[in-house]
Amino acid sequence: MNQTLDVVKVGIADLNIARHPHTIMTAGLGSCVGLILYDDLKEVAGLVHVMLPDSSMARGKSYKQGKFADTGIKSLIDLLEAEGIRSSRLKAKMAGGAQMFNLSNGSDMMKIGQRNIEAVKEQLKKYRIPIVAEDVGGHKGRTIEFLIDQSLLNVRTVKEGVTQI
Amino acid sequence: MNNFTNLSQIHLDVLKEIGNIGAGNAATSLSNLINRSVSMSVPIVNIVSFDEMMLEVGGKDEVQAAVFVRATGDIPGNMFFMISPEEADLFAQLMIGDESQTVSNDDPMAVSAFLELGNILTGSYLRALSDFTNLEVVQSVPNVAIDMVGAMLTQGLIEISTVSDQAIMIETILHDLDGIEREIKGHFFLLPNPESYEIIFNALGVSE
Repeated sequence: MNQTLDVVKVGIADLNIARHPHTIMTAGLGSCVGLILYDDLKEVAGLVHVMLPDSSMARGKSYKQGKFADTGIKSLIDLLEAEGIRSSRLKAKMAGGAQMFNLSNGSDMMKIGQRNIEAVKEQLKKYRIPIVAEDVGGHKGRTIEFLIDQSLLNVRTVKEGVTQI
Repeated sequence: MNNFTNLSQIHLDVLKEIGNIGAGNAATSLSNLINRSVSMSVPIVNIVSFDEMMLEVGGKDEVQAAVFVRATGDIPGNMFFMISPEEADLFAQLMIGDESQTVSNDDPMAVSAFLELGNILTGSYLRALSDFTNLEVVQSVPNVAIDMVGAMLTQGLIEISTVSDQAIMIETILHDLDGIEREIKGHFFLLPNPESYEIIFNALGVSE
């Protein structure tokens, strides 16, 4: 991974934005989905670390907006717009949504990775943001870092090392 | 029990005792299994953010070998036993008596030995919890993975995350095996679903 410049690190259920020459990353995605929204001309990118598909699942009154696909993507778009980035200019890259453990009689909660992928895609469709690249599903953890000037997403896994999408 | 803010010291002490009894029982099982002495640390009970929890085992990127089981019955929840891949290899090799097999390389014998080890350890932990509380705890078929800590632990946080941005982490570490030169560190993480706490506290007569 590119360690030479400052890296904006995004935690679980969090979101943030960064400008080139910084990069933006999140570590250890399993069933969670890491979504990058970026404007390649303005060299700005945002990342949200989505943990659950929909805020209707929330049983508490307050929660981190980035936790759910619907609230997380909306908040990220709002944050980018506040920085002067029009949502019509945004493109998306995404990774994650794995199933880390194969539970035979798994409940729906156990297939959360697939549900996260679908929920993120549904939101992107709603905001008409095209998905340029994705590395989703499977049974592996991923750490991702977005190189803003090149619009490239580094995806690192334990067994396969770093691939770029 | 939304943000765990109404937990008093006595509740935390009860949870610590669960970590103590559970891991103590597991340490005895491990000791019998590999015929060496195993000790354990004082249990840690902390209310932590999800990111903070990952730091306990070296951060979200750290690679660990994990056995994951789900508990059902009276007190549903999730449980992990985590050790470094090298230590998983060592345990597996002690059990099967073959040093050419490793969990890290997915050798079937080693993987199944490690899975059985995790099954026995989490089983004795949960059995102690069940005996202590007099509640029914049913353990799922165990699952094994070697991957990034963040990727694996979040699987156990799904239910909790619908309720809270924080988790109660009941952590106990097994260590110090006689006759082996380096220290071995195995982490137990018990993550009861949010609704299970009240049931545990009621059963032990410390409800609010």
